[in-house]
Amino acid sequence: MIKTLIAIFLAAILTENYVLTKFLGICPFLGVSKKLDTAVGMSFAVTFVMVLATAVTYPIFMYILVPNGLGYLQTILFILIIAALVQLVEIVLKKYVNSLYKALGIYLPLITTNCAVLGVTILVIGKSGENYGFIEALVNSLGAGIGYLVAMVLFAGVRERIEDSNIPDFLKGLPITLVSAALVALSFLGFTGIVDKLMV
Amino acid sequence: MDKNKSLKFEFTKGFIKENPVLCLLLGTCPTLAVTTGAMNAIGMGIAATLVLIGSNAVISLLRRFIPDSVRIPAYITVIAGFVTIVQLLVKAFMPSIDQALGIFLPLIVVNCIILGRAEMYASKNSVLFSTIDGLGMGVGFTAAMLCMGIIRELFGSGSVFGLTLLPESIFTPITIFILPAGGFFVFGILIALSNSLQHGKLSKKEFGCENCPSAAACSKISEKKCDTGKDGGK
Repeated sequence: MIKTLIAIFLAAILTENYVLTKFLGICPFLGVSKKLDTAVGMSFAVTFVMVLATAVTYPIFMYILVPNGLGYLQTILFILIIAALVQLVEIVLKKYVNSLYKALGIYLPLITTNCAVLGVTILVIGKSGENYGFIEALVNSLGAGIGYLVAMVLFAGVRERIEDSNIPDFLKGLPITLVSAALVALSFLGFTGIVDKLMV
Repeated sequence: MDKNKSLKFEFTKGFIKENPVLCLLLGTCPTLAVTTGAMNAIGMGIAATLVLIGSNAVISLLRRFIPDSVRIPAYITVIAGFVTIVQLLVKAFMPSIDQALGIFLPLIVVNCIILGRAEMYASKNSVLFSTIDGLGMGVGFTAAMLCMGIIRELFGSGSVFGLTLLPESIFTPITIFILPAGGFFVFGILIALSNSLQHGKLSKKEFGCENCPSAAACSKISEKKCDTGKDGGK
């Protein structure tokens, strides 16, 4: 049990990294990774919302939609739940945990339209065929969030180096960022196969 | 309504001048993810275009009724409705495309192109113009993705639309092009190309948050001047 959970967790971070191998959440990955501290703040906010969103959407889908044959409402319902959840988290944090709100608050509005969050909640449901129970789903979401953090932090480091280097004119700005993202993604290919060994 | 606007201009601006992918830098996630082959790119493009036309038309119709403070959730609901329709249609009539696009079909909901056009255009313009704008932007989106798809499929598997153009005897496929890393790389090169074609006018182009619906939050983060002016609250 524990071993499977660890395997799921590591797979979500390394081999199935949401940014670098699944292309989810590219907008903030390119937009917010300029400085290390904003990258970390954004990633923690994403992780937080991912786990929370999975915790809410998974039971709703499994115990309300599926028994009533309403599975096709998944998309519309999930995005509304996520939007409402983000709004709620913002209000609750502002009122009760002000220090956390100051750290994560400004990233929350960005998260509603972050495809990584919607992507995680939908993908986790899709995996229910592979015996993903509620616990596995939560672990997977947490792993996805941590994987997001890893990718963001690595990439923020790379970008800080780019700032000081001499780049050909036509590559300045976005193109060089994308090319270096390609190299970071390439390095993540090296993890392929690690988790399969753990699963056995 | 501005009389100077012509329908033709609204339609064609999405192709090159305001191409949503290459110039406005919206909708990067599907552009990178589904362009492993030309066919997938077209399928995604058509699906997104249908949603874009539908949501632009409906949001434009409702623009006087949606209160300003809840407009983003309202837009998302309209868009999600159209996405569900398209999702069911694709599942029923084109199951192979449905398989290939996978998660990215429902994720059209959070595609910034669609929310971006709703916020920037459909909420301020008449139904006819919004529909045409949606169509033009959709065509531009499809064209840019097709471009990526053809390049990646040609180099990555030596074929275009599944037809083998470069047999393995003369060309060994460069698998990296259809892997995620290749997506970033080809997209970077395409943008560099479009930059240099415009004589470096936009060479300092950064990731465009001036068109992002969440620009207000974004500008707080990067402390750059990129809010749309309208999007004050959130």
